[in-house]
Amino acid sequence: MVAHAQIVPKKRHPLLAFAARWLFTTNHKEIGTLYLCLSFLLFFIAGSMAMFMRLELFEPGIQFVDPLFYNQLLTLHGLVMVFGAVMPAFVGLANWLIPMMIGAPDMALPRLNNFSFWILPFAFTLLLSSLFMEGGAPNFGWTFYAPLSTTYGPPSTDFFILGVHLMGISSIMGAINIIVTIVNLRAPGMTYMKMPMFVWTWLITAFLLIMVMPVLAGVVTMMLTDRHFGTSFFDAAGGGDPVLFQHIFWFFGHPEVYIMILPGFGIASQIIPTFARKKLFGYHSMVYATLAIAVLSFVVWGHHMFTTGMPLFAELFIMYATMLIAVPTGVKVFNWIATMWRGSMTFETPMLFAIAFVMMFTIGGFSGLMLALVPADIQYHDTYFVVAHFHYVLYPGAIFGTMGAVYYWLPKWCGHMVDERLGKLHFWCATFAVNLTFFPMHFTGLAGMPRRVPDYSLQFADFNMVSSIGAWLLGLTQILFLYIVVKTIRGGEKATAQVWEGAEGLEWTIPSPAPLHTFETPPVIAQDHGH
Amino acid sequence: MTSFAGGPKRGLMTLLLWGVPQLSLAAKFNMRPGVTEMSVRVQYIHHIGLWVCVIVGIIVFGAMFYSMFAHRRSRNPTPATFSDSIVVEFLWTLIPVLILVGMAIPATTALRDIEDNENSDLTVLITASQWKWHYKYLDSGISYYSNIATPDEQIENLQPKDEYYLLDVDKPLVLPTNKKIRFLVTADDVIHSWWLPDFAVKQDAIPGFINEAWARIPVAGVYRGQCAELCGVGHAYMPIVADVRPEAEFDAWIEGQRLAAELAGEAAVAARAKTWTMVELLPTGEEVFVKHCATCHQRDGRGQGAKYPALVGSEIATGAITDHLNRVMNGKTDTEMQAWAPQLSDLEIAAVITYERNSWGNDTGDIVQPITVYEAR
Amino acid sequence: MKETPRYYIPHSSIWPIVGSIALFLTAFGAVNFIHQSTDKVAATGSFGGPIFFTGLTIIAVMMFGWFGTVIKENLNGLVSDQLDVSFRMGMAWFIVSEVMFFAVFFGALFYARIISVPWLAGASNNLQTHLLLWPDFAETWPLFRTPGGATTESMGPWGLPFINTIILVTSSVTVTFAHWALKKNQRRALGFWLALTVALGATFLTLQVVEYQHAYQELGLSLDSGIYGSTFFMLTGFHGAHVTLGTIMLSVMLLRVARGHFTPDNHFAFEATSWYWHFVDVVWLFLFTFVYWF
Ligand code: HEA
Ligand code: HEA
Ligand code: HEC
Ligand code: CUA
Ligand SMILES: [Cu+2]
Repeated sequence: MVAHAQIVPKKRHPLLAFAARWLFTTNHKEIGTLYLCLSFLLFFIAGSMAMFMRLELFEPGIQFVDPLFYNQLLTLHGLVMVFGAVMPAFVGLANWLIPMMIGAPDMALPRLNNFSFWILPFAFTLLLSSLFMEGGAPNFGWTFYAPLSTTYGPPSTDFFILGVHLMGISSIMGAINIIVTIVNLRAPGMTYMKMPMFVWTWLITAFLLIMVMPVLAGVVTMMLTDRHFGTSFFDAAGGGDPVLFQHIFWFFGHPEVYIMILPGFGIASQIIPTFARKKLFGYHSMVYATLAIAVLSFVVWGHHMFTTGMPLFAELFIMYATMLIAVPTGVKVFNWIATMWRGSMTFETPMLFAIAFVMMFTIGGFSGLMLALVPADIQYHDTYFVVAHFHYVLYPGAIFGTMGAVYYWLPKWCGHMVDERLGKLHFWCATFAVNLTFFPMHFTGLAGMPRRVPDYSLQFADFNMVSSIGAWLLGLTQILFLYIVVKTIRGGEKATAQVWEGAEGLEWTIPSPAPLHTFETPPVIAQDHGH
Repeated sequence: MTSFAGGPKRGLMTLLLWGVPQLSLAAKFNMRPGVTEMSVRVQYIHHIGLWVCVIVGIIVFGAMFYSMFAHRRSRNPTPATFSDSIVVEFLWTLIPVLILVGMAIPATTALRDIEDNENSDLTVLITASQWKWHYKYLDSGISYYSNIATPDEQIENLQPKDEYYLLDVDKPLVLPTNKKIRFLVTADDVIHSWWLPDFAVKQDAIPGFINEAWARIPVAGVYRGQCAELCGVGHAYMPIVADVRPEAEFDAWIEGQRLAAELAGEAAVAARAKTWTMVELLPTGEEVFVKHCATCHQRDGRGQGAKYPALVGSEIATGAITDHLNRVMNGKTDTEMQAWAPQLSDLEIAAVITYERNSWGNDTGDIVQPITVYEAR
Repeated sequence: MKETPRYYIPHSSIWPIVGSIALFLTAFGAVNFIHQSTDKVAATGSFGGPIFFTGLTIIAVMMFGWFGTVIKENLNGLVSDQLDVSFRMGMAWFIVSEVMFFAVFFGALFYARIISVPWLAGASNNLQTHLLLWPDFAETWPLFRTPGGATTESMGPWGLPFINTIILVTSSVTVTFAHWALKKNQRRALGFWLALTVALGATFLTLQVVEYQHAYQELGLSLDSGIYGSTFFMLTGFHGAHVTLGTIMLSVMLLRVARGHFTPDNHFAFEATSWYWHFVDVVWLFLFTFVYWF
């Protein structure tokens, strides 16, 4: 895909050489590419599932997808998007960029890096193969609440459990690698407070991963033993509690949602200064805000459980803590705007994505804040209002963030500029379609449509139709994105090393496309570099 | 529309200041106020949240758009160089905190009242199971199941859908007006959630635990809601309907139910005492079968594919009576074949089994007596 | 250790992909095995056991090959101080993730003790739960009688568990002695203390097996005797698994010591193992306190 010199032994059949190169590679750029390709593939798979769901939801009544299959699509859509599309995409970007940004020769533990990646295709094979099993795929939502997933789960649930274990191993090893790289491999002079924001956000994300992935592993293990070995963690008759499952799941789950957005924050913090031609405003407060978000994320898990009958004081504490997250997040949003303020802006595709990211993530954040108000959440909970909330933070958040990053760094990776006209076309179509799909969900939710239903009563029909049309449009625009990426890799205007005139940072000092090995001896970091 | 008389500018202002809020608060786009005092308060809190977000949004996005317009390269070729300002950073940390405190206060007081379940006048135990609700009035002992009433033909698009498509039940929960009603919510199998938007009550039904909620409903009427926690394939098909009646009517209804229950009890005792003949059982059996079983097993007992087995010639339906009894009474876990023992009377079960064993070509000649069912319970 | 100017980047390696395939086989085999042996699906002929053990074997081969390569690189002087630090940090963060894994099970234990069991007996906002659903249930810990009626006796702290505590704490001391010996280059003392540590680890495991037998046969304490049994066996069981792993790691270190590996200032593998061992020890102290004692 990327044209570098190869370092596999010569005299091999080209196909073998090709396989050997990608299977055995220890190079951070190649592994980054692998991650990005896998994530894109899984994004398409999970996206197609959403297309089927939206097809069924186009009209009331059961037309194309029966309720059981709908639940399977729903579950796999959520799981594959979260674990297969967003997380690997961010890890892929981390692999490509972090060593180049901090002046390191590679990731700290290159073999482990390869291991982290290659576990994933197997994990998803295990997960997706469940679609073809007797009893069907898991059908209990991506949150797999007990006892629906324990006592009542189909046999494939066990494959799902082991699949999650594999993903967990992969993520933990990946996160360890990233932390060690950042802490130990920075070029001399690259102090913490000179690191680009993307590196900072990933450092904190990696920390979150190490803290919560084992928690997920623990809870699925309990599921497994409850299912087969007679334990009663989630069974009141044995002294356990189904709600215990939710506590543990969300102790993982809430930090997980920040894992899916913090690197996005980092990306916006790289792109906006470039195109505003002005330094990132409030670098220090940006770092502290990210830290604050991460710390707070450990004490707010209960906001997913306001209707489970928690005692009053717990609900109050969680409500306050959740609302507090708006403060550091606000600091970030304001900093981005202050970066744009009195800059000298141009609006190339990456900038458009970054701006849309800031705006629409904020809209999603706003609905999050509304969800945090417990009395109101009693009405919002498990309705399409929640679905609207998290798609706003995830699609125009995490996915736009990733796409912005691809538009921004692709010239560095493959040496060709992106076709701006097509890029802008993709941007406008996607922005229109995202809002057409997900904005009406606020209304259906407020009107009282529960989530996770294949069929609904007549009063929700209009908005659902709009959402479905939007969703298919959105699907089509992704094909355009695929086309743009492939086209850019295969050719186009040659990129300079600098690529974007306003860009700052070590990655822009090396040629485009970036040679396979960079910074084999550490670069010198100027005293006045960065912030 | 007089406001448009002032020309396009005034028209636009009107549209913005009056039209947009009207539109966004219109029933279709907004959370409904509901009927209880609490649901109105909840809507108020929702509005506080909404408007804070809208106003902050207008300011934030306004600043952003202004900057994109005024500070684009063609207008502002040389960028400024500042990148820090303690004062503004302090301000935009402090101001959101104050706003949040302002939002938290009404939410806190409302939440305190929501959680105050003391001094109720009436208690209903709500037990969820896949995919129906069971209501039990603890003060009078009356209890019954409430199932979805929308016919399958409507779901499968064979019939036009009626107004309350998916929101209709066979027996609604009947409640009195103006009493503090306490709901005790629990479940038999998986987690469900009892949600009536108009009461602002949504309480998860957790197997093995009982959660509490309450409502005081000032206005009589029929209110509808749905299960709000994914509970399996039938999650979309477990509506909740509350029929709220003035107190006197409610008391009369309770009395009527009590009498009916007594009669049913006496009838059951009588049914047990009697030895029934095939001719007596078959019509009842057919009635029960058509009402409860035919959706899956079909009127002709031929089932639907592999998923819903045919009862014609079925091993169970023509084999040992105890197995047959067991399957119908206790269902089969992890399948849609549910336990019917709690829902049907001894006579009904006896009749339906007799019917199954002697219809559509099944000719075992067996007659199952209500007393057998009673003993099998 | 000598300072190598470049950070060593291995060019390519087959071990990760071998490991991935092995993990896949292990996972796939494990599920099939569980299905076969618990009748969840009639899956005779799905070869759960063989696939699972093939997976495990390949994992062992992979570790052998992978670590062997690293050792060779180390002996060839490719490992710079900086890479050594990377290894250390990697191991430290790995242990952090393990801490979190145990934290989940401790969390479940505390949840059961502070929340679910009292609530089932009517505490906090759950009076009705007690009155209507579990009227006969009384709160105790250890939970002798579950709401559903399963009964068990509790495992007291002062017999085998206490002896095991002493054994494990002692082993933490002996492994430290071994480390000191290694740093002073006293090879014989090193061998002695290390061998003693391995022996203590093995003794611990043996006693643990005896304890489990006692639990199952005499106390009626098993995985299915309610949340007490669940937390008891999951915590001690996962701890036991970690002790087993630690003992294997220590044995490998012992073998390498016998072969003359490690120098007073280059012995990361040894140190990582001893960290791991200390970690396992600390977890046990928490276990002893909260599972057995209080
Ligand atoms: C990337 C992922 C992501 C992110 C970043 C967030 C961010 C937030 N989320 Fe969201 N959330 C999800 C993903 C995410 N969420 C998912 C996937 C679910 C559903 C899971 C499921 O059930 O399947 C969910 C569900 C969810 C719920 C549970 C709803 C329910 O089921 O009943 C709640 C409740 O409190 C919540 C709150 C919040 C809050 C307060 C934030 C905050 O972090 C937002 C903060 C941001 C802002 C507030 C905007 C910017 C700030 C300013 C401009 C400052 C000034 C503003 C003011 C003072 C108003 N989220
Ligand atoms: C990062 C996370 C992420 C992303 C990007 C998306 C993207 C999309 N999501 Fe989803 N979603 C979740 C995470 C995500 N989702 C989660 C966690 C849940 C909760 C699950 C649960 O409740 O358990 C959920 C639930 C969810 C629901 C709620 C279902 C329900 O509650 O019943 C819906 C309904 O419309 C939906 C729709 C969509 C759509 C239309 C897209 C689109 O944006 C997808 C666009 C992408 C493509 C379409 C792929 C590319 C194109 C092709 C493959 C070509 C084919 C195209 C055509 C045929 C037109 N998602
Ligand atoms: C919602 C669907 C549904 C309804 C309603 C239903 N059943 Fe069933 N029934 C099933 C399914 C599914 C099975 C197969 C269970 C299995 O996997 O063995 C089944 C199995 C049976 C069997 C065993 C058949 C065999 O040969 O395995 C009998 C007898 C039976 N049902 C009788 C009844 C009676 C009597 C009623 C009504 C009072 C009824 N069913 C209502 C779905 C249903
Ligand atoms: Cu019951 Cu959903
Ligand atoms: Cu959350």
